[in-house]
Amino acid sequence: MIEERFDAIVVGAGMGGNAAALTMAERGLKVLQLERGEYSGSKNVQGAILYADMLEKLIPNFREDAPLERHLVEQRFWIVDERSHTGIHYRSDDFNEEKPNRYTIIRAQFDKWFSQKVREAGATVLCETTVTELLQDSHGRVVGVRTDRDGGEIHADVVVLAEGVNGVLGTGAGLRGRPKPDKIALAVKEMHFLSRETIDARFNLKGDEGLVIEAAGTISRGMTGMGFIYSNKECISLGIGCLVADFQRTGETPYGLLEGFKRHPSVAPLIEGSEVKEYSAHLIPEGGYRAIPQLCGEGWVVVGDAAQLNNAIHREGSNLAMTSGRIAAEAICLIKSRNDPMTAKNLSLYKKLLNDSFVIKDLKKYKDMPALMHTHSQNFFLTYPQLFSKAMQDYVRVDGTPKLEKEKLMLSSFVKARSWSGLLSDALRIARAWR
Amino acid sequence: MPSEPSRRVEDKLFYNRYLVDSGRAHIKVRPHTTPSSRLFSMLKACPARCYELSDKGHVEVTVDGCIECGTCRVICEESGDIEWSYPRGGYGVLFKFG
Repeated sequence: MIEERFDAIVVGAGMGGNAAALTMAERGLKVLQLERGEYSGSKNVQGAILYADMLEKLIPNFREDAPLERHLVEQRFWIVDERSHTGIHYRSDDFNEEKPNRYTIIRAQFDKWFSQKVREAGATVLCETTVTELLQDSHGRVVGVRTDRDGGEIHADVVVLAEGVNGVLGTGAGLRGRPKPDKIALAVKEMHFLSRETIDARFNLKGDEGLVIEAAGTISRGMTGMGFIYSNKECISLGIGCLVADFQRTGETPYGLLEGFKRHPSVAPLIEGSEVKEYSAHLIPEGGYRAIPQLCGEGWVVVGDAAQLNNAIHREGSNLAMTSGRIAAEAICLIKSRNDPMTAKNLSLYKKLLNDSFVIKDLKKYKDMPALMHTHSQNFFLTYPQLFSKAMQDYVRVDGTPKLEKEKLMLSSFVKARSWSGLLSDALRIARAWR
Repeated sequence: MPSEPSRRVEDKLFYNRYLVDSGRAHIKVRPHTTPSSRLFSMLKACPARCYELSDKGHVEVTVDGCIECGTCRVICEESGDIEWSYPRGGYGVLFKFG
């Protein structure tokens, strides 16, 4: 057993864990952070987009030395069928601002930098150490962790579970259930390297400008899912994700889906001639507000993906992780400053503060979206995209058919596929879940 | 559309760096005579194609190429079809980009 006792142990060195460890160390707490990877970041996978506001609250001058890729000036949403895409593109020179709002990043590199800040703040960061279980006393109170190192028991007043989406330790200790296949997505991603000039030319970018493409439709073959393309300085992050339950049900393969997305005629020219340097996979919490487990208990709190804090509609996760990590740490520091014990009652301050933040407010807003998207995936991810693409083609193709006739055919194709009542109820359900 | 030939997954895994913990598989399949539908679905759902069907019709796992996502845990752990844990500290996949 390691005799040294800590104020707090943080399990995991992703966005949530780093935010928590940094905040507590800066306020003078004795913090130990445990990470199973070779270095902080080596196990972490994300698209990835960084939201500046949430990082600024932790490291105000991060732009001076953080490994940022490109700041985003354009967002493209695509609805795709087999051979086409219909897009809404939003690009604004306003995003070429002094302090840009969103950046693409490469997580392994970014997290290494973030971890250095955590160390500089005074936390002890121990890598290559897998936490195997939570130590609980006879009352079920969490008093520390057991690791896979020799004599690996370590004690602390409070454990911050920032262990990521799988939440293995929380499940093992009976603090929460396992993520369910219909509440979690599997995403696979490749890193495609191209010259900077090629990326600039293909995406109409200059300097450090960057762009995001998000695509939904027939690429997910009727499953609830989405493809993404993010431009980095000298590479493109390209991936696709679908619900685990959908993979299980359909027998589609994740890599088959990825290959299909890459072959799509709107995508293939963007990555032509690239050199792939990595293939990764990661789970994403998709259950929303209703899937959030218990957030704190006797001697423990849970943050980030481990708490399933992910806004699937806006594709925000890492900022929710950073914010929940920071808020949990602030609550712990406040309890500590009063010399109060880390009981469930005292730690519920974290829950209260999180409820008052955008994290829970946003998740609450969309609490009915997961059920809507997950139970009608054929309609939303296959039928509508096909109908929509066909309608767009009819609209722009000039072939001598009178316009009135075209409109009639368009409308009847929607009614034929979904019926009037189906169309109406889909519209109502979306409106109600969006509210 | 039929799934792509397996060759392609192995090509993908070739890009990655691993430190394999020889003799200590972090995922184990429970011995069975006929695989459950959950276990059988892993032949397709595993993004690293770690699960394969043996000549005897058993589902077997080889974790060397595992990218530690947790998909098989989500599908197969609760029923006891597999035992799942992360690799020992420092071992497993080593992402350069993530």
